[in-house]
Amino acid sequence: MTDTDTQGGRIVKLAVLVIAALLLFAPFLFQDIRSLEVAARICVFIVLVASYDLLIGYTGIVSFAHTMFFGFGAYGAAISLKQMGPGWDAVIVGAVAGIAVSVVIAIAIGLLSLRVKAIFFAMITLAAASVAMVLASQLSHFTGGEDGITYRTPDIFKTATKLMVNDEGKVARLFGVKLNGKLAAYYFVFASSLILFTVILRLVGSPIGTVLKAIRENEARAEAIGYRVVAYRTFVFCFAVVIASLAGTIYAIWLKYTGPDTALSFTIMIDILLMVVIGGMGTMWGVVIGATLLVLAQYYLRDLMGSAAEALSDLPLLPYVLDPDRWLFWLGIIFILLVYFFPKGIAGTIAARGSRA
Amino acid sequence: MEQLNKTLERFGGVNLLPVAVALVAFVLIGAPSSWVTLTVAGLAMGMMIFLMASGLSLVFGLMDVLNFGHSAFVSFGAFVAASVLGWLAGWLGSDSVFLNAAAILLAFTAAILFGLIAGWFFETVVIKPVYNDHLRQILITMGALIVSEQIILAVWGGTPMSVPRPQFLEGSVLIGDVANEVYRLFAFVLGLIVYLALYVTLNRTRIGLLVRAGVENREMVEALGFRIDRLFIGVFMAGSALAAMGGAMWAGYETLITPALGAEMMIVVFIVVIIGGLGSVEGTLLGAIMVGLVANYVGFLAPKLALASNMLLMMAILLWRPNGLRPAVK
Repeated sequence: MTDTDTQGGRIVKLAVLVIAALLLFAPFLFQDIRSLEVAARICVFIVLVASYDLLIGYTGIVSFAHTMFFGFGAYGAAISLKQMGPGWDAVIVGAVAGIAVSVVIAIAIGLLSLRVKAIFFAMITLAAASVAMVLASQLSHFTGGEDGITYRTPDIFKTATKLMVNDEGKVARLFGVKLNGKLAAYYFVFASSLILFTVILRLVGSPIGTVLKAIRENEARAEAIGYRVVAYRTFVFCFAVVIASLAGTIYAIWLKYTGPDTALSFTIMIDILLMVVIGGMGTMWGVVIGATLLVLAQYYLRDLMGSAAEALSDLPLLPYVLDPDRWLFWLGIIFILLVYFFPKGIAGTIAARGSRA
Repeated sequence: MEQLNKTLERFGGVNLLPVAVALVAFVLIGAPSSWVTLTVAGLAMGMMIFLMASGLSLVFGLMDVLNFGHSAFVSFGAFVAASVLGWLAGWLGSDSVFLNAAAILLAFTAAILFGLIAGWFFETVVIKPVYNDHLRQILITMGALIVSEQIILAVWGGTPMSVPRPQFLEGSVLIGDVANEVYRLFAFVLGLIVYLALYVTLNRTRIGLLVRAGVENREMVEALGFRIDRLFIGVFMAGSALAAMGGAMWAGYETLITPALGAEMMIVVFIVVIIGGLGSVEGTLLGAIMVGLVANYVGFLAPKLALASNMLLMMAILLWRPNGLRPAVK
């Protein structure tokens, strides 16, 4: 990676390290449920967005169906946990089923559209995602419809589970943190996200990653050198889809609930797009920064907007503009401005500083 | 086989596809009266979708710009027309056909004007800076779609809005023993008029000649000294206005509209454009009619399949012709 040799590149890497450390010790640093919720969401979204960046940033293909595959993983786990009861076998069956469905559909979409222009692919994935969304709400006996599914996860993740007991037979505490199932669940999310993220990093650093970049930069030339562009594109699409599906499974286990809003809605797709663009397309470090910033903003800035609107309720127009319902409006504006002025995102822009290219 | 192909080609080739679909459906449905009703509904729906999709297709063909925000014009058109019709409720209720027609004319004019202005704004502010960069184009127009959807939500609110129809378009007429909704016939005729106007403009006027030449080979037209970019703004505005008009007609057809309308129609519009082949007006019409007919037939024959029918249709056609039925872009 050439961009990490610059001073800016070091700043980016440092920021990522800080984020990783914060996530690792999150249960001990921020001891309330909401913060843990935020930390887990950040972990899952880093993986999800990293897999999306493989497509959009590294290979240059725009898919609008990434949430659909995320949803397959989530619904796979949810349905199997509901039907088979809480247990690791159900988790594995759900994850495998989610991956299988995702890969089959990815190959179908890929063969149909990856050989033609990027735009066809974007349009077709958009159509496929909308069909999946409608199907999820229609097949309500299977997916729970709009209400979604609640289920129990393996016993070790129950809040009541005691990982360690002290002398009195109560839950032991470490630095004031209860060592209960919630902690186990968080570290399950953290560890599996870390593994998946490392796998993606490994792929990006491998020769395949270089070929993908070559395809992004000049498709005809890559083809001429002898790389089969369609095969590589289909492969990376399937790879990204598998990761997204697994991320969905992890998130489903953490939330103990799966519904259209948490796993399938188009809002998640918009979130993913925003995270990639904010962080910077084509850098894995940027993904971490983008996902962290946006999730934090979602949880805290929105509240801030709400209270600001209330505080300014006497003034004309301002409270209306700051209403939390306008949240998506402002995100959209920011999104457009970012694509215009900082197409490389935060990480890309900072990393380019100090380089004499 | 070759002989058969040639004969088919002479009678219109792929243009026969809707006819074939209609014939198959006729056999499957069995009852002529419901078949006629469904066919008229399908044609009307197809015409409205054609209005929404034609601009998108032309814009792509001419400038290689794909506007993911196109459906914003559709929903804006629908809401503007609905608001105008709401204000003119008194005219709509009256018995005079003249007042009725004036109200609907005003509503459509408002939608079209809005489409023109919004199209101009969209082209100069949003799209111009990202010519020739597909990735950023997709992202930016998608962002613009989000913003415009939020604007609609802020202005008209999230609750469904009912659209009053003029008196003379309510109810249905009997043709033979088949009942047809008047509004569907109206939509079909209006769509046909617009298509003919578009056809004449593209094939019989100098501007149309330039547009077609631009779709075929932009550099060549520019080399001959024509300002394609100015032409492009015009086409973009016209396309947006058509989309707004399609939205206005759709509002009257559905009679109950929500801000999600744009997102729903976007999928259909994309499917139509892909089926028809990007860049060709005839292809778009063909695709729109196919989608309209198939949606109505399947909705009648196998309601459970209705959701996926458009997708299945698209997949079948793409497997058969990867570039769409009548592509103009090489």
